Amino acid sequence: MGRSVGNTHNLTSMGWKLFLATLLALLSFTRFIYAAEVAPLSSGSGVEPADAPVSVGIDEYSNIGNKGPWDKPVTSLDGSRASKSTTDHATLEELQGPFYSGPEVTKACLGCHNKAGEQFIKNKHWTWKYTHPVTGQKLGKGVLINNFCTNAKGNEGMCAQCHAGYNMKDSNFDFSNQENIDCLVCHEATGNYYKTPTTTGNKACSVMFEGKPPIDWTKSAQSVGLSARSNCGACHFYGGGGDNVKHGDLSSALFHPTKAVDVHMDEAGPNFSCVICHVGQGHEWSGSRYQMLAKDEVGLARKPGMPRETASCESCHGDQPHPATLTGFKLDDHTDRVACETCHIPRFAKGGVATETDWDWRTAGRLKDGEGYKLKEYTQGDGQHRATYKSIKGTFKYDENMEPIYRWFDGVMHYTTIDTRFDPDEAVDINWFNGSPADPDSRIWPFKRMHTVQPYDKGNNTLVYMHLWGDDDAAFWGNYDFGKAIKVGMEKSDIPYSGEFGFIDTYSYWPINHMVAPKEDALACQECHAKEGRLKELPGFYMPGRDSNRWLDLIGIFAVLATLLGVLGHGALRLILARRRG
Amino acid sequence: MSTRYVKIFTAFERFWHWTQMSLIMVLIFTGFGIHGFYHVMDFGTQVTTHVVAAIGLIVLWVFAIFWHLTTGTWRHYVPTTNGLLKVTRFYAWGIFKGEHHPYRKAYWRKHNPLQALSYLGLKLVLFPVIWISGMLYLLYGFWGAGDYAGQSLQLVALTHTAIAYAMVVFVIAHVYLLTTGDSFIEHVKPMITGYDEVELTPAEEAYLQEDDPHRIKKE
Repeated sequence: MGRSVGNTHNLTSMGWKLFLATLLALLSFTRFIYAAEVAPLSSGSGVEPADAPVSVGIDEYSNIGNKGPWDKPVTSLDGSRASKSTTDHATLEELQGPFYSGPEVTKACLGCHNKAGEQFIKNKHWTWKYTHPVTGQKLGKGVLINNFCTNAKGNEGMCAQCHAGYNMKDSNFDFSNQENIDCLVCHEATGNYYKTPTTTGNKACSVMFEGKPPIDWTKSAQSVGLSARSNCGACHFYGGGGDNVKHGDLSSALFHPTKAVDVHMDEAGPNFSCVICHVGQGHEWSGSRYQMLAKDEVGLARKPGMPRETASCESCHGDQPHPATLTGFKLDDHTDRVACETCHIPRFAKGGVATETDWDWRTAGRLKDGEGYKLKEYTQGDGQHRATYKSIKGTFKYDENMEPIYRWFDGVMHYTTIDTRFDPDEAVDINWFNGSPADPDSRIWPFKRMHTVQPYDKGNNTLVYMHLWGDDDAAFWGNYDFGKAIKVGMEKSDIPYSGEFGFIDTYSYWPINHMVAPKEDALACQECHAKEGRLKELPGFYMPGRDSNRWLDLIGIFAVLATLLGVLGHGALRLILARRRG
Repeated sequence: MSTRYVKIFTAFERFWHWTQMSLIMVLIFTGFGIHGFYHVMDFGTQVTTHVVAAIGLIVLWVFAIFWHLTTGTWRHYVPTTNGLLKVTRFYAWGIFKGEHHPYRKAYWRKHNPLQALSYLGLKLVLFPVIWISGMLYLLYGFWGAGDYAGQSLQLVALTHTAIAYAMVVFVIAHVYLLTTGDSFIEHVKPMITGYDEVELTPAEEAYLQEDDPHRIKKE
């Protein structure tokens, strides 16, 4: 939580904790805070709630992960909730410790699991590298630019909090040293484990390291098991800078979801863990948005427990999942061209946690009394206040219970990378894809679209790496100077930079796969089969209920009206003439 | 020559007519609903109702075709130019002057030439085209090879829609022509009771009385 800025005149009326916190803030920033400047938010009393709408300092990711009870999801589909593990790690001699660091624990893990290290150092969670099998593009967190915090590259000191390893401080990390694998972040179950940035960054960021209880490495080591949602979610639910910021369908609402939020992860129901769908062996899991199976014809409707290589709906449900009724047959008739997700995830960002939809970097760097600050003016469904402005990042918009946008998608994601030159007069698609009604391998998929205005190299027409994190005078977070941050960010990665930056509109597209609704909440036909339906803007094919031929309708209606008038005229004439005849 | 009430619409024919009429009404109503003209029912219910009614109609048609062929009723629809002009002239001219309908119904030929030609057109053109386009529409997933970009689905859909308009035109004209007799009720009655006033030659009357006595209504 950011610390509050109190009204100095009313200090005596504030709680002493708040006073101390304020004093600490004053001392640590060695700057004087004129509370009067931010008075509108403290409306008289001078005492602000814990979630004060304005707070100073940087506390990104200081609050990620599951703070509540650890979930105990089902990790195999054998119908039994009891653990089938053959080992109680708590009693293993090798795990009695005491341990004082992560690598020590890892060493103990690899002592028995002597193939796990080899396996894991090939995994994306460790390498942050991915070569796309279709496009050949070099991707992965280590190099990509997104339209959230933009780039992990060069900012590893901060971003490596979500690297499944220890001590990744910069791009020169030793990817062959297995002792730096972080087994615990994925496998520990005490819920008291956490990761902090690997370097300290600007002094404004010090709050991220404060108030953390020491990790009990021994207890954590003894608690290990198959990953719970809380393990995966600690990073994946917080992508992009906070809860559900990035994906829209992956949020803290999935730690303990209800049926309405996700029918499979429903804690009172099937209570799936992530790996029930993201199946894998040898520390490799299926399901990646870089290369998706837009239409799964490989692993159709295998029985639970049978090997399957995909994380698709079809791998369990098949491509004829609907009941054997007339309606069911017609619905099955859709599966070749409409992704399951399209109808079965009618809305995302459910469960009270909003997702970011719009980010404007141009406003970043505004200060209050020389300090970076945050405005929390969006209150989401669960009552939490979300930052609508951060000095370190700019302005945000949020939305929840959102309708996705729909596109034909062939599963192959293309990326605008640091070396892609683009036309600056048009918005840049951070990622893009093909797909069309003519391509039988593509289907209509739901997406979250993220819009951002972010810096780019005005001379070279490329995106830029920004130096956000560091204790130098160029790191944007603390110094708030785009020019310096971009220059250093590009230099660190040996990327040519023209020296001039501008801002450009970018879009990114996030396929929606999670937050599957109970079947009674699935999209009704007329949500799409209507003139103003959800697929209104998806051209190129004829859809009943949406499409018609203007001319045919005009001629048809004319013919019907002409017939009506004709018979009415004929009848009227008969009547009149009959009357005349008497 | 005597005028007698003769059964010219058998029970099956009447059942066929009224069931077909009801199903076509349901199909027109749900069809134009699916087309998006109104939103009385949700789309899924409309489609299901449309499909159920269509399957019902197809089953009925199978029986009706069988019946036409086996009973020889198909002969009623054989087109003829004999009297066609007279009937046409009547509807365009004579009817306004209070002339009598030029056609005299025979028990073996129940439709006037214009009527027979219209029904033949309905049965040989409109019905098959809407029937086939509807089947193709419904089963697009099986023959379309997943291609939704091509024109084939649109062609099928538009053909189906075009015939649907033609059906509405037919229904309007059909219902209106019921008013051109002595009275609307009198004109509808035969399709309910089965009996209509028919002029019989003595030979016909003798034949019917001898061979098919139940076809002549007892006075």
